[in-house]
Amino acid sequence: MNNQYDVIIVGGGATGAGVARDCALRGIRALLIERADIATGATGRNHGLLHSGARYAVNDRESAEECIKENMILRRIASHCVEDTGGLFITLPEDSLEFQAKFIDACRAAGIGAEAIDPKQALALEPSVNPTLIGAVKVPDGSIDPFRLTAANVLDAQLHGAKVLTYTLVEQLIIESGKVVGVKTLNTLTGERGEYRAQITVNACGIWGRDLAAKAGVTINMLPAKGALLVFGHRVNNVVINRCRKPADADILVPGDSITVIGTTSSKVPFDQCDNMVVTADEVDLLLREGCMLAPALEHTRILRAYAGVRPLVASDDDPSGRSVSRGIVVLDHATRDGVDGFITITGGKLMTYRLMAEWTVDLICKKLGVAVGCTTAVAPLPGSAEAEKVSKSCKCSVHCVSAKASVENRHGERAKDIDNSTAAKRALVCECEQVSVGEVEYAVNCLGVKNLIDLRRRTRVGMGTCQGELCAARAASVMSEVAGKSAAEAKADLKSFIGERWKGMSAVAWGDTLREGELLSWLYDGVCDLSNLKEQK
Amino acid sequence: MKQYSEHNFEQCTKCTVCTVYCPVAAVNPLYPGPKQAGPDGERLRLKGVAYYDPAIEMCLNCKRCEVACPSEVRIGDIIHSARIKHSTKRPGLREFTLANTDLVGSVATVVAPVVNATLGLKPVRKVVEGVMKIDHRRIFPKYAFGTFEGWLKGQRKAQALYAKQLAYFHGCYVNYNNPDLGKAFVKVANALGYGVQLLEKEKCCGVALISNGFVEQAKKQAKTNIKSITKATEQKLKVVATSSTCTFTLRDEYDHLLGLDNSAIRDNIDLATRFIYELLADGNQRLEFKSDAPHLRVAYHSACHMERMGWTKYSIELLKLIPNVELVQLESQCCGIAGTYGFKKENYETSQNIGEPLFKAIEASECDVVSTDCETCKWQIEMSTSKRVLHPIEILASYL
Repeated sequence: MNNQYDVIIVGGGATGAGVARDCALRGIRALLIERADIATGATGRNHGLLHSGARYAVNDRESAEECIKENMILRRIASHCVEDTGGLFITLPEDSLEFQAKFIDACRAAGIGAEAIDPKQALALEPSVNPTLIGAVKVPDGSIDPFRLTAANVLDAQLHGAKVLTYTLVEQLIIESGKVVGVKTLNTLTGERGEYRAQITVNACGIWGRDLAAKAGVTINMLPAKGALLVFGHRVNNVVINRCRKPADADILVPGDSITVIGTTSSKVPFDQCDNMVVTADEVDLLLREGCMLAPALEHTRILRAYAGVRPLVASDDDPSGRSVSRGIVVLDHATRDGVDGFITITGGKLMTYRLMAEWTVDLICKKLGVAVGCTTAVAPLPGSAEAEKVSKSCKCSVHCVSAKASVENRHGERAKDIDNSTAAKRALVCECEQVSVGEVEYAVNCLGVKNLIDLRRRTRVGMGTCQGELCAARAASVMSEVAGKSAAEAKADLKSFIGERWKGMSAVAWGDTLREGELLSWLYDGVCDLSNLKEQK
Repeated sequence: MKQYSEHNFEQCTKCTVCTVYCPVAAVNPLYPGPKQAGPDGERLRLKGVAYYDPAIEMCLNCKRCEVACPSEVRIGDIIHSARIKHSTKRPGLREFTLANTDLVGSVATVVAPVVNATLGLKPVRKVVEGVMKIDHRRIFPKYAFGTFEGWLKGQRKAQALYAKQLAYFHGCYVNYNNPDLGKAFVKVANALGYGVQLLEKEKCCGVALISNGFVEQAKKQAKTNIKSITKATEQKLKVVATSSTCTFTLRDEYDHLLGLDNSAIRDNIDLATRFIYELLADGNQRLEFKSDAPHLRVAYHSACHMERMGWTKYSIELLKLIPNVELVQLESQCCGIAGTYGFKKENYETSQNIGEPLFKAIEASECDVVSTDCETCKWQIEMSTSKRVLHPIEILASYL
């Protein structure tokens, strides 16, 4: 087995996937290693907001400019991951309209189209918006699906020759004569150990990058800032709603696919808590209270779940909230910075700028490797976004599943044509809330590197709907055990872990209909299916 | 009564019991079932019109899903509202004819013998199928020669003599097809000391207009009815209907599907059997039954909208009060016609398949007669079984 590559990228978030894709497109042999599944860290734990940059315009012009540029690029190259919802920055009676004027000026200076509109117009544009608003500014915000985006980057990297290993932990960096020359790995599913070598190793581990750097004897001062968010059961708003004031807690409401997300909070957390994010009751209260200021209907809307992520901020000052830290991109060449050759850290930044972060990283890699190929990721569409206009003709669905057809095309773009929904058995729905068919599950397992039910959720939205896996989990486990050749015991363990993960997110908001759903979930899986340790997981 | 939130579909816990009770899903695999067509679909439709699945138009609007739902989700309303909002099908001549029961009825009653004889002819029904896509196997209800309204107007003086008064919402069927049921109702009301009046102005309740896509016309007629019923309510006149579907439409569909406020009059609209049963249950009112009436074995069929109102029990209990009536309660299930649904050629098979278990149960019941509060169930059962169907009020009147 040939374990020699040009570049090893550690970390399968949007950034790592973006680096792998950029390398592959430039003909550099790349290996992407992820300790769990793709998009499991900060990538998958944010708003899914396609920032216009307006939020940063007043305080951080550089980030704002990066955002609007990447915003325009992502609309082109990742059209199947992006929704052009538009955004509003609203001023409420308790906010100052003076800030609005400053805000509009700052947006324009950063190249962000910002247009003040009448509050009545804003209400007509987005009926869910707080009707007491006194000012509104229209900006080119949108929403972006981070799972889809990461999966598309990984897929394109693979299509161009990159190799991807998920559920693979980097236990050790191989260091020879002061140079990082490879990694020693452990496959957490099989227990198999491996060794891979490359001229350059890229640390794209987000907040966990501090630990990887430490393995090379390098210190990076990072500041883990936790951000909690709530998912509402349906699309409450069709336009992103922001508060037009200095960035604060819970002031962005983003519609994404079939749901709406409010966030975030910001609080410093210790490093040992980064793998154990729990949303507290106070955070839920704050999110709900502030969210209702943006859209009063949230008060009566079912909350599906709560989740939190950790921003990989590079500490640049002593700000305890982590908010005035620039979200700027940080590329660390450890050869020049620390005298450790063959090791690069890419961190800071944000989901919005993942592509630019990758571009800068791969530019540096090219320089080191003497590769003279330019970056094309700003123009080359991702798989799924290549032939958007041909999408609706590509999917072989019968007339009687219009919503399933629309859903699968929305998720996979023109790749939907690779999904076999040609027979009634393939068309049968696994997940009814999100309209995921047996054919789509098969495609995700065979082509998108799905190893378990939780991975399947990230690729297809199985279990992301109102029932949170109550009806689909068992069906999906059954289809997966057939396609992936799992034993009944493995399928059951997978099912248990999936239900446990769903309940974790529900438990923070378990009242009303969510609690009733939880009861039914428990009755089905604990009572009927006898997943006997389910109670412990709760 | 529970207040339903604007996000009513979110109360669904996906238990799927609605789909178990759906008569269409049971016989037609192309129909996604109430859960998917209703709360699941509604959530997806918020993403955009591309998620509207015309397959949901196979819904009968029987509301049995709502009866089954333990979470008080207004599934049928959600489906029907989505249809009203998104359906791209434009109603044609067939829908116009089926939906405009008032217009067609007022013409047909003038020339009833001709219409009845013509529509009874097979070649004519074949032509009707070709032109109108109304199934040739479907037997049309007969039209009466002269309307019920005309008859009751002739009775005005006699009815005014009663100390207590009520307003009768007769509906199109009584007016144009079966004035005898209206006359039976007047007989029973009179026996209880009530004189019967017409509403100031009665229009078709609009149920057929709603299901055939004429929502604006339905709203117009509904407003006329709401106005008339409001006037009757102000005069302290109870408004009573013999048709379960008219009653249900006036009370619930006006608000839920047409978005019209009927809250001030809703409680003043009653169903004939319920009104009469409650009078008798008080013990203050009595009916004198014939002492020599023949024994009659009656099989009662619970119409879907009776189930939705939760009022089946009143009709059953009322029938049980009649001496010499032996009551057989048929298992509650949809007969398949659902108003004008079963008339349409493309629905005929589904309609008859849905009704099949009911037809078998009726034949097996060895009843003398079937009874139901719904006129379209009556047409379906009379066409599909060997039995006659009478309204409970007709049976009651015949024993007085």
